[in-house]
Amino acid sequence: MSAIDDSRPIFLQIAELIESEIVAGTMAEEAQVPSTNEFAVYYRINPATAAKGVNLLVESGILYKKRGIGMFVATGARDQLLGKRRSAFAAQYIQPLAREARKLGIDAETLASMVRQSLAAESAEGSVR
Amino acid sequence: MAPTSAPAIEVRNLTKTYRDANALDGVSLALEENRIYGLLGRNGAGKTTLMSILAGQGYPTGGQVLIHGRNPYENDSTLARICFIRESQRYPDDFSPHQAFKAAALFFANWDQELAERLIEDFNLPTRRRIKKLSRGQLSAVGVIIGMAARAEVTVFDEPYLGLDAVARQIFYDRLVEDYALHPRTIVLSSHLIDEIANLLEHVVVIDKGRILLDEDADTLRGSAVAVTGNQDKVASFIDGYRVLHRDSLGSLASVTIQARLGATQRAMAAEIGLELSPVPLQQLVVRTTMSAQAEPHGDHYQEALK
Repeated sequence: MSAIDDSRPIFLQIAELIESEIVAGTMAEEAQVPSTNEFAVYYRINPATAAKGVNLLVESGILYKKRGIGMFVATGARDQLLGKRRSAFAAQYIQPLAREARKLGIDAETLASMVRQSLAAESAEGSVR
Repeated sequence: MAPTSAPAIEVRNLTKTYRDANALDGVSLALEENRIYGLLGRNGAGKTTLMSILAGQGYPTGGQVLIHGRNPYENDSTLARICFIRESQRYPDDFSPHQAFKAAALFFANWDQELAERLIEDFNLPTRRRIKKLSRGQLSAVGVIIGMAARAEVTVFDEPYLGLDAVARQIFYDRLVEDYALHPRTIVLSSHLIDEIANLLEHVVVIDKGRILLDEDADTLRGSAVAVTGNQDKVASFIDGYRVLHRDSLGSLASVTIQARLGATQRAMAAEIGLELSPVPLQQLVVRTTMSAQAEPHGDHYQEALK
């Protein structure tokens, strides 16, 4: 549960954690999300910081507020987040991968076949489940 | 009473002189209502002196103290809204914790007996034993219980954890977040165990040699510095122009902590030339800031450089 680390702004981490839950489907669209106090107690962080993270997602339209009831996941939130993550995918995963491959002398063809193998193993595992 | 936007506690240009030593040297601070503050600094930096003045229990040599906009020394009603738990809090010698809690319940208007009892159980505190006979940790537990159950509008804890083991400290932090979430108040916490309390803090004040080094939102501080590691020549060219907080080297490998918020372009550039960037935890940031201030006592402060 030490998902929070102390070297990056915590409100950003809270926003990312909620986003990940939405992408994974554990927080469904139109479902209520925990209150900021619940987040604070669960992650042992300052409630104001938790609120700041939640508000970030309200501003970007991922969550919306029902007055007097609480926060809910917006319809379309998952698609919006998937789009955002896909566009960050290259910078976040492909570029470091390419850099490391070059450092180790792995050529493009070998790298591509390694990726294909890994994808095949991944989908085989998925079909067993 | 009309709601007021005045800070819970405000001090202006505080000085405190003990004989020939300056414990506080021109300290100005405003603590907002319903926030958790961390007061951090080395031993002898002036933390306890500042806390006792903030709590209206110590007199400054010079400067001004306003608690809820009023002078605390002329207002009994103000003092009853403040709870200050000292590092070595004294109680009457033949008191038991039970009696100390009863006295606190009379003094603090918002006292919550249920919370006190829950904490007594959490800490496994023998309430009928004389306080003189308690262990260091049990004595600290008495202070923590009073400080929390008092639910004072301003609560000041000066290193409340002495002698408490890791489990008891975790109980303290957990209960503090839970209770603060339901009953917000202004809390000032001093601690050397910065890692343990960092996530609870909304705002950080670092004091050194009686002066404020840092007075900043905790999340603003996080991410305000980065450690750059790699070949020393490449590191040197990359960090050119940034304020250096710390240097380490190992052969031709260098690791330099700089004060910088790097954008995506700069991060990509660092990765391109093989430099590793790592975030700096709050505790490291406080330590580095204090050390670099001590190395250059007349240099500009991190605080000013942040702006």
